[in-house]
Amino acid sequence: MTDTPKIELTGVRKAFGPKVVLDGIDLQVARGESVVVIGGSGTGKSVMLKCILGLMRPERGSIRIDGEETVGVGAKQRDRLMGKFGMLFQGGALFDSLKVWENVAFGLIQGRNMPREQARAIAIEKLAAVGMAESVGELWPAELSGGMQKRVSLARAIAANPEIIFFDEPTTGLDPIMADVINDLIVKCTKELGATALSITHDMASARKIADRIAMLYKGRLIWVGPARDIDHSGNEFVDQFIHGRAEGPITMELRA
Amino acid sequence: MMDFVAGVGRFFLAFLSHVGRLSAFTGTAVSHVVRPPFYPRLILRSVVEIGYFSLPVVGLTAIFSGMVLALQSYSGFSRFAAEGAVATVVVLSMTRELGPVLAGLMVAGRIGASMAAEIGTMRVTEQIDALTTLSTNPFKYLVAPRLLAGLLMVPFLVLVADIIGVFGGYIVGVYKLGFNPATYIARTWEYLEPLDVISGLTKASVFGFLISLMGCYHGYYSKGGAQGVGTATTNSVVSAAIMILIFNYVITALFFGK
Repeated sequence: MTDTPKIELTGVRKAFGPKVVLDGIDLQVARGESVVVIGGSGTGKSVMLKCILGLMRPERGSIRIDGEETVGVGAKQRDRLMGKFGMLFQGGALFDSLKVWENVAFGLIQGRNMPREQARAIAIEKLAAVGMAESVGELWPAELSGGMQKRVSLARAIAANPEIIFFDEPTTGLDPIMADVINDLIVKCTKELGATALSITHDMASARKIADRIAMLYKGRLIWVGPARDIDHSGNEFVDQFIHGRAEGPITMELRA
Repeated sequence: MMDFVAGVGRFFLAFLSHVGRLSAFTGTAVSHVVRPPFYPRLILRSVVEIGYFSLPVVGLTAIFSGMVLALQSYSGFSRFAAEGAVATVVVLSMTRELGPVLAGLMVAGRIGASMAAEIGTMRVTEQIDALTTLSTNPFKYLVAPRLLAGLLMVPFLVLVADIIGVFGGYIVGVYKLGFNPATYIARTWEYLEPLDVISGLTKASVFGFLISLMGCYHGYYSKGGAQGVGTATTNSVVSAAIMILIFNYVITALFFGK
């Protein structure tokens, strides 16, 4: 069935003690689609991503990948699911103790038992895909700038040709030019792989560039979901305030002295 | 009054939760030690880190402990003309108690802290999450090699500490206290039994396991950035030291208690 959503969240709820972070999330992402979830800091975007990845378990609700329920699955099934995923972490999350090429090839060597030489060749190819020379592969992550680390992290995310790629704040901490370079690479890599992409960000320039559809998360709920081109006339005052970055509006920051 | 009772209740519940989490962590970690796939390169790296790079600190601790032990026992035993027992006291103390306990405490400070800091940093920088997303089990990749290396290499360090400690006692005994070298060596062997060494090495294995377990456990559950990693490091050393002292008594009682 081609119309089965690649990712489907139904009534997902997650709380930490009395604090409800996700309060019944419903979201569908079609095969090959790029959806960006926007929202302020602390609204639960990362928690939502971690629930889909299986790094956190929601208390209620269903998360389906290719129509297959993933909440509460066993370790073997989870391992198989992980094989479909690629993930670009906010801080890069590169392994300090491994060289750049070993970072990119990690999932191939450890996860798929590929011989090191073969994995190294793929790593160099993926580094080239994100605009990095072969010589960079021999460096350590600590020797790279923030932008280069993000690109290496992107190369690692696409190394195993995943079906679904998650991007967690892909442009946070980068200058505007490097942020745009990363956005272009995200678009290029996901299109080339034909992958489904789910990103979270509060960078509107990034969201506009990489999204087919945008969803806004506020107080644990998706308060607006629509095509990226409609974001400027959503008719939703919360969305308007967020995308224009206004302090005044219905979204109130919880400030404490 | 109610606040006090509530406080005690909260502390007790937190304690139970902590014990439960540690038990689950230990069970999962041990299950990954014995189940393939194994990571020989990572095991070798931990073996070298624990067994080789801890040699200087353990050796220094052992030699000065042996030397002090010889001086102190000579000073004490001379009060009732039992100076001849110095060599025996040194070798029994080193193999049964001081070797494993002092080496254990030094390794807890060096290795336990390093494990907690490394794994803790990996936790707060999402590297552990990254491992999971790359189809690699963090227990198998990070915890199991360290547990195995601790279990195997601390006994090796203690054996080295025993030998160096006895040698320290010999140096003081012969060159400062005037013992005859051949007599000192003969007295060292005279009352030493295999069980003395075996009990010490058994303690060392348990201590090695506990040091690695505490380092990995506190690192794995660290949170809150640099401060959280610092807290995890401190907790790993303190908890390993306390557990070493508790298990030292338990194992001594099992071997030598009546």
